[in-house]
Amino acid sequence: MRPAGSELPPLEIPLTRTLIVAGAIASRDYQDVHHDPGSARDKGSPDVFMNILTTNGLVGRYITDHFGPTAVLRKVAIRLGVPNYPGDTMVLTGRIEEVDGDTATVRVVGANGLGTHVTGTVTVTVPEEARP
Amino acid sequence: MEMRADDRQARLASYEGLPAAATGTGRDPVNLPMIRHWCEAMGDTSPAYRGPDAIAPPTMLQAWTMAGLSGHGDRSGPYVELLRLLDDLGCTSVVATDCEQEYLRPLRPGDTITFDTVIESVSGRKTTRLGTGHFVTTRTDVRADGDLAGTHRFRILKYAPARTKAPAGRRPRPVVNRDNAGFWQGVAEHRLLIQRCTGCGTPRHPWLPGCNACGGLGWDTFEAGGEGTVHSYVVMHHPPFPAFDPPYAVALVQLAEGVRMVSNVIGVPYDKVRIGMPVRLEFAACDDELTLPVFRAVAA
Repeated sequence: MRPAGSELPPLEIPLTRTLIVAGAIASRDYQDVHHDPGSARDKGSPDVFMNILTTNGLVGRYITDHFGPTAVLRKVAIRLGVPNYPGDTMVLTGRIEEVDGDTATVRVVGANGLGTHVTGTVTVTVPEEARP
Repeated sequence: MEMRADDRQARLASYEGLPAAATGTGRDPVNLPMIRHWCEAMGDTSPAYRGPDAIAPPTMLQAWTMAGLSGHGDRSGPYVELLRLLDDLGCTSVVATDCEQEYLRPLRPGDTITFDTVIESVSGRKTTRLGTGHFVTTRTDVRADGDLAGTHRFRILKYAPARTKAPAGRRPRPVVNRDNAGFWQGVAEHRLLIQRCTGCGTPRHPWLPGCNACGGLGWDTFEAGGEGTVHSYVVMHHPPFPAFDPPYAVALVQLAEGVRMVSNVIGVPYDKVRIGMPVRLEFAACDDELTLPVFRAVAA
């Protein structure tokens, strides 16, 4: 396990319309603001935007991509800021805040062209024998 | 709905601690096709989610509880009632703000999902960038074949949308009165008239009934040549007003004749305006009825 203070390499996520719609449907979230631009505009949003479940999934993927397939997510806590709209890019960055044995707490931030889309904390356990 | 603020808060708070609804059941047991669709959407290629020993991505926890397009059938209960009450209070829009999940054991294909949700809290009225409303926090225990597999705390903001960008209104009209009518008459004729005391000769701006230097009440006017420099300036970022498009620079211009006036500097980006910058008078037509004196940056 890398020590507290280490930075994770950033992950760039192109925010395609396809990703936003596929993420909403894969998470069974049929709120129209996540797939129907006309309805999104009627509700005051300039376009469809990513649902929180997709953001949560991407944050989880960012951590398990880095720590490998044996990593076990214990806790994912996120807060949303500005929306993820199609055509933008979100860059996820992470920093190990705390290490306790084989368990790390990672602070994650996802920023897009408008500002901070997500801030969060992930607790992940990486079993001793299977360290990357 | 008209309701006194404390009545409203008491009524909203009465939902805290109540179960959101009866125990729910996931529409489908945990299954590989839904896991695959999720991984494809997320671009998640982890081998942990494939093959005979596949587990579900932990962050799918909420997805197994989602009603989907066909709904959960009759899910009436305190949560639906609370959302309806907030609708009635004008908080008709909703946005998810927080999600906190704890995973106690992995979910595997075949697990049957049941879940119980409690309304943890309803906040007081909060004003946010989106509008004014209430945060509603729920906590859901998710069980797999009856065993607690994870918890899921979820917060939404139910809000009345803030009016989006104000319509491009007209520039505010100047207040024209007997003391300054001559100034605005001059502007309409594209002449910048400076008031001058006939007693001591001191020029003054803005127009006033008396002289600040000698107290004299007599005055006449003369026309400004139009040369000036930026004496000071501010850049307006917030709040936005109709007809103004922030950020923009508001300058105090020192005229060659010795008086200063507040105006806009044009012909230069707002962040390139500098103290001492030479400027020259122009007249800008804001609309059919309003012309304003403004100052254009002069290339050094």
